[in-house]
Amino acid sequence: MTDTPDILVIGGGNAALCAAIEAAEAGARVLILEAAPKPYRGGNSRHTRNFRCMHDGPLSVLVDAYEEEEYVADLMKVTGGKTDENLARLAIRSSQDCLPWMEAHGVRFQPSLSGTLSLARTNAFFMGGGKSLVNAYYRTVEALGVEVRYEAHVMHLELDGDRIARVDFDHEGQSHSLSPRAVVVASGGFQADRDWLARAWGPAAKNFLIRGTPYNRGVVLADLLDQGVASVGDPTQCHAVAIDGRAPLYDGGIVTRLDCVPFSIVVNKEGERFYDEGEDVWPKRYAIWGRLVAAQPDQVGHVIIDAKSINLFMPSVFPPLKADSIEELAGMMGLPAQKVAATVAEFNAACGDTSGFSPMELDGVTTTGLTPPKTNWARPITEPPFYGYSLKTGVTFTYLGLKVDERAQCATDRGPIRNLWAAGETMAGSILGQGYLAGFGMTIGTVFGRIAGKEAAAYANAA
Amino acid sequence: MQMQPEFVEEARRQAEICNACRYCEGYCAVFPALQAERAFAEADLTQLANLCHNCRNCYHACQYTAPHEFDLNLPKALAELRHDSWDAFAWPGGLARGFQRSGTMIAAAFVLGFAALFLAARALPAEGEGFYAVLSHNVMVAIFAPAFLLPLASLSVSLRRYWAHVGGGRITLGHLRHAFGSAAKMRNLAGGHGDGCNFEEEDRFSQARRHAHTAVLVGFLLCFASTSSGTVLHYVFDAPAPYGFWSLPKLLGVPGGLLLGGGALWLAHLKLKADPELGAPSAWGGEMGFVLLLAFVAWSGLALWLLRDHAALPVVLALHLGGVLAFFLLMPFTKMAHGFYRLAALVRDAQRREAS
Repeated sequence: MTDTPDILVIGGGNAALCAAIEAAEAGARVLILEAAPKPYRGGNSRHTRNFRCMHDGPLSVLVDAYEEEEYVADLMKVTGGKTDENLARLAIRSSQDCLPWMEAHGVRFQPSLSGTLSLARTNAFFMGGGKSLVNAYYRTVEALGVEVRYEAHVMHLELDGDRIARVDFDHEGQSHSLSPRAVVVASGGFQADRDWLARAWGPAAKNFLIRGTPYNRGVVLADLLDQGVASVGDPTQCHAVAIDGRAPLYDGGIVTRLDCVPFSIVVNKEGERFYDEGEDVWPKRYAIWGRLVAAQPDQVGHVIIDAKSINLFMPSVFPPLKADSIEELAGMMGLPAQKVAATVAEFNAACGDTSGFSPMELDGVTTTGLTPPKTNWARPITEPPFYGYSLKTGVTFTYLGLKVDERAQCATDRGPIRNLWAAGETMAGSILGQGYLAGFGMTIGTVFGRIAGKEAAAYANAA
Repeated sequence: MQMQPEFVEEARRQAEICNACRYCEGYCAVFPALQAERAFAEADLTQLANLCHNCRNCYHACQYTAPHEFDLNLPKALAELRHDSWDAFAWPGGLARGFQRSGTMIAAAFVLGFAALFLAARALPAEGEGFYAVLSHNVMVAIFAPAFLLPLASLSVSLRRYWAHVGGGRITLGHLRHAFGSAAKMRNLAGGHGDGCNFEEEDRFSQARRHAHTAVLVGFLLCFASTSSGTVLHYVFDAPAPYGFWSLPKLLGVPGGLLLGGGALWLAHLKLKADPELGAPSAWGGEMGFVLLLAFVAWSGLALWLLRDHAALPVVLALHLGGVLAFFLLMPFTKMAHGFYRLAALVRDAQRREAS
């Protein structure tokens, strides 16, 4: 490329692509710098599967209605009020217009996936998942004449007063500098930089797995924060869930989920239980278990179920360990066999009447006199073969990000930066202070990606 | 009748990953069927393999394709298993592998067919007008009746083997309606959203393959109807060929030939653009040979009509009929078999839906 673009978009996921589409449709010349190689383009968006969408009535695949106040209430519940309500309402209100916009730009939806019927009203599922959405948007930007460079690593944005004067990046072994009129940062959080994660969380983070892209290393985020760009979100926190301990270090995505905990007991490496496995249905507990496991020795948990429960949950990608006795299973898991057998025996003795067992709802089948208790689905583990899985902490995203206003614009303590906008995970901490709401990351990315693209194009076109 | 364990094992490995993901649920019939299982027996995988239309949408949507360590390529794994299952079910067995996988062997069969027809035309007495002046009607029937019926017998043995393998039950009109409806609309090449499939240009959705296939199918059926109408005219109405343009055989046959010939060339063109690594690479030559044979049969048939008064007619007729002979005889052993297996798989899938 010989020309300097009007707008430089840093990142190649959903938010970056939405920004690029809006900017290009407004007539700006746009360049996308994506750190990943083409097969891995799209950041964490390639692992997503749905879009949480407000709607006053039936909309595309969404049934009934999901109105602003209910959506806001759902967000308040998961964030415990740690949100910027103004921005949150903007995202929620705009989501309704985004869905038809997404369809017009090639995204296709399907009715809610089997096993996720609880989301049929609130979340529109991408047919084929997030990577197909990413593919559709890349097709769209190509048709709009946007240039895309893969494996382009942005190293530095030179902040000069109230504007970004220059962007430095490495591509194909060479260093480049550009001075575009406007810049959109949509390059995610820092969760793939394991050293940073360990500094933020503590040394335990060295044993965490990263559920998504290895390319969200926070280089641009750190560079901007170092120069005094305003930040938001708890710098020590990340969203983490309990996943199969055999998952790959990065990019394991959805298949590493393990839904069997409610039907199990979970022990640590000492062979001891440490939390109520039956506290609530799994979709409401997997994030808590990410933290629970992180607090155990070596950041690992071991799930034990028996033959009664093996078909009660979604199939897992890795087959379980299988043995005819608890001692043998403990041996295979590298746990103290006598201790595990004693833990199971103690649990079994605390189980009572199991006739009310009902796997799909809180059934109140509980232990008595056991610490910690198991308050639902407590059935003795007695029927061989016995099965074992390991659990590790899988990081979804980090909360620290760039603080933006309702125009997605970044700022320093001296005021707005005239030509810098941010969208997606890199600013989501403004709205998601803690917790997570399924499909809301894509809502934030789409809404603020589009705003950032429009604003950047308006600025560039006026300059 | 044994499938190769490495194909079964690889299909099972991939199906288990797909079953833990399920993002592709809406694309086609394969995924709801896959998700109905928890463990995959060989028969389950064979059924999935024959249900797969190789639209490739799931490959391009997949977050686990290479270089990811899960290395998913479900269209390829199912294509390999599908071709292997046709080898396993073919009767007589030894012939299958060669023709299914080798375009050269199909070409050789065609040359032999041509030679046989050419010699027949030279050696046997002819009687009648037009084509029958080259080769008499009775000789044609003597050659083509068995050449049509024997392959059908062979296919019926194969399909019975398939049906027993996948545990198919009693077939109702409803099952057939579902299966033929899917085939007629090429529903499994529509992508679930109706945008078509990812065949000839990476992740771009296109109706090209669906429409080309429909052209071939409709063209083939029109040609078949044309021949059948000729048979009826000959035997029932005592009206032997040649027929004028405004006759049923011509009115069916000419558009049929154009659709078949055009559609087959279109499919061959798409196949050249498509990535062979998302199908069964070892069967590419056989598939291409088959499509080109179809195209040849169609265009040579049309040429016969245009050259009906030309001196080259006997040679062209031998070429055309040689191609038709090869096409019919190889039917159970070439890509042509896919239509029969696909219908069987769709019927079986209708039974599964009904039961679930």
